[in-house]
Amino acid sequence: MADTKKGLSRRDFLKTSGIAAGTLVGGGLIGGLVGYNVKKSDSGTAVAPEPGHSDADINRGLMFFQKRHDFDVLSQAVERIFPEDELGPGAIGLGVPYFIDNQLAGNYGSNAKEYMQEPFFEGGPTQGYQTRLPRSEVFLAGIAAMDQEANKRFEKSFIDIEGQQMDEILTDLQKDKIEMQGVSSSFFFKLLRGATLEGAYSDPLYNGNVNMEGWRMKGFPGHQMSYINVIEEEKFQKIEPKSLSSMQH
Amino acid sequence: MAKTLDKVDVVTVGVGWTGGIIAAECAKAGLKVRGLERGKNRGTEDFSMVHDEYRYAFRYELMQDLSKETITFRNNAKQRALPMRQLGSFLLGEGLGGAGTHWNGMTYRFLPYDFQIRSETEKKYGKSKIGSDYLLQDWGITYDELEPYYDKFEKTIGLSGEDTNPFWGKRSSDFPTPAMKRTPLLKKFEKATTDLGYHPYMVPSANLSEPYQNPDGASINGCQYCGFCERFGCEYGAKSSPEVTVVPTAKKTGNYDITFHANVVEVLKQGDKTTGVRYVDTLTGAEYIQPADVVVLTSYMMNNAKLLMVSDIGEQYNPETGKGTLGKNYCYQIEPGATGFFDEQMNTFMGAGALGMTIDDFNGDNFDHSNLDFLHGASISFVQSGSRPIGTNPIPSDVPLWGAEFKKASVHNFTRALDVFGQGASLPHKNNYLSLDPTYKDKYGVPLLQMTYNFTEQDRNLHKFITQKTVDVMEAMGAKKTEGGGMLEDYDIAPYQSTHNTGGTTIGDDPNTSVVNNYLQHWDMENLFVVGAGNFNHNSGYNPTATVGALAYRAAEGIQKYRQKGGSLV
Repeated sequence: MADTKKGLSRRDFLKTSGIAAGTLVGGGLIGGLVGYNVKKSDSGTAVAPEPGHSDADINRGLMFFQKRHDFDVLSQAVERIFPEDELGPGAIGLGVPYFIDNQLAGNYGSNAKEYMQEPFFEGGPTQGYQTRLPRSEVFLAGIAAMDQEANKRFEKSFIDIEGQQMDEILTDLQKDKIEMQGVSSSFFFKLLRGATLEGAYSDPLYNGNVNMEGWRMKGFPGHQMSYINVIEEEKFQKIEPKSLSSMQH
Repeated sequence: MAKTLDKVDVVTVGVGWTGGIIAAECAKAGLKVRGLERGKNRGTEDFSMVHDEYRYAFRYELMQDLSKETITFRNNAKQRALPMRQLGSFLLGEGLGGAGTHWNGMTYRFLPYDFQIRSETEKKYGKSKIGSDYLLQDWGITYDELEPYYDKFEKTIGLSGEDTNPFWGKRSSDFPTPAMKRTPLLKKFEKATTDLGYHPYMVPSANLSEPYQNPDGASINGCQYCGFCERFGCEYGAKSSPEVTVVPTAKKTGNYDITFHANVVEVLKQGDKTTGVRYVDTLTGAEYIQPADVVVLTSYMMNNAKLLMVSDIGEQYNPETGKGTLGKNYCYQIEPGATGFFDEQMNTFMGAGALGMTIDDFNGDNFDHSNLDFLHGASISFVQSGSRPIGTNPIPSDVPLWGAEFKKASVHNFTRALDVFGQGASLPHKNNYLSLDPTYKDKYGVPLLQMTYNFTEQDRNLHKFITQKTVDVMEAMGAKKTEGGGMLEDYDIAPYQSTHNTGGTTIGDDPNTSVVNNYLQHWDMENLFVVGAGNFNHNSGYNPTATVGALAYRAAEGIQKYRQKGGSLV
């Protein structure tokens, strides 16, 4: 549990950061600090989900996928990459499929900040991203390839095959043994694995890492103001995590 | 038709550390200075929601928008160069403060040896020690000559540290603020390296140990050890950055302003002088000409080189003939290291970007190279910068990269794994250089910069040597299992390695082998100064920012001298 006694009071914080000395010009930090002290229950507005509550998914929905089936294939695949076990939830329990769906609908999916000018050529192994497909298209192609592969090998949809069979297909994707159009299967797999971890461990505001369970498994306390008073402790500090999303109401 | 603005004394292209330092010094001296920054205004007030690993570290919130401009890359001249379509190997900055906003704050001076590397090497090991493919050269300035400028930069940023390293150059004054906290994890490294007979010291840190007011009256706060430095801005104003130091100092004079969203596309010239720059307002698309008595290129080293190339100033380096200086000596860094797995849980998620300890026993020429197949070396450090969960998934090499075993191991080791790493020097090779790409263009129709780069024999040999040293240190730290990194393969632009890119606009005492003189004044154009890590003739085994800052102070002095007497300063 959190050792809240060791947390910094606002006053301690101001002292150690030098703000009390009147040295910080502009309202930036002070403005930013206000949120730290608002008691969520007193604010009268929406209350951020407390750990253990299950209402974190209240606004969840699909922004990108049009076919539920595609979303289900994605869900099964990411659960194999990051499965539920005795340590805690897997990718599905952490909301990773929703995270990925939501990201594909935005800048991430459309490569808004990437250089996507012609001409495209197949790059060498050290030249990075060279497909003309934006990430949203890479995911659709990858999901279709997983399903086709399941049909070909097992005459079933990807969502109906055994876990081990899914792993076979994922392994072949990883090893570039599955043919895809416009992009290599290993490139898709790399994106899929990366997005799975991003969804498991990003701030819950992105609709993954539900109830901060990803952070809790790892012992990562999320968004904390300061460790200045505990960083010299020999002992491991178990601190109840806090999310940025809980600060925004 | 570009609109011509009123002339200023000094215009800087880009407002990060170098642009900010030039602005502060010149504006204090009464010159009218304008900074052209292609990104947006930003500062401490923008960072209250910065503890967001996904947004800042993985979607690169503070970094350059590559949809507008990137570089192209190939390993060698036979390959087709292709665009770096997404960020990876290094992270280019954009916006006020540039990369100085999202740096970690590790602030080492280079060694005296670095500045006289060719003459020192030849003196000690003979002329044949440096292979003919390696374009090592002295810098045309010595450590002692640069020391006052290092001192000035450290006082501006309030650097936290302690003068206990026997290997570094003489300091004219002590660190402005005491070293950061010696945490239990740092002490593990300190004890291990001491037991091995090495000389550990606290990393000089720009995350300050206590609140500080610099000689210009700017204030920096005390670090809170929150663990969000590199790739993030500091919400406490406790990491020295241009926005909290030199930029407000310059503004206070009344002689400085900054135009944002101003992307410079050309350095204008008439005869052997520059008359100013041409830029595009990225919001409206309108073009402007900013006339100036002195033009200073203060953007990232890649863009500085590119602007000289597209403006046809200086002679492009040609690897076939060895002729030309612009674009040569592009260097990087290697990062040999070891991961140690421990039984006990540790507070790995707490930290600060420059909270660490280093040994220099295998850096520079601090050890004998007579029987070694490489030159120079690496700093070897442990840094408790704050592990974050998306980016930190430590697994032993026999664990698969996904699935049940991966999950167990990566979750378990998040608080049970430590890294010791080297920052290995990078020496210039004739085949590693920068030029203009013949095919790809940026959003404004200007060719992209092309990078031709691969690791060298020197890199591989140094990498192997330092890897073993990091393994030794990690074992001495008590790891239950230690794994050294693998062999150095071809340079790959995709995985993050280091934003310590150097060279292309080198400093020197001879116009035939360098682009600028030791005031950073262009050899071919007396009112043009080019400042940054591009000036490095090779990259040392340290982070570059202290040397970049020192060179910027040197250039600021040069600009003022030039305004008084004109002509070449050397």
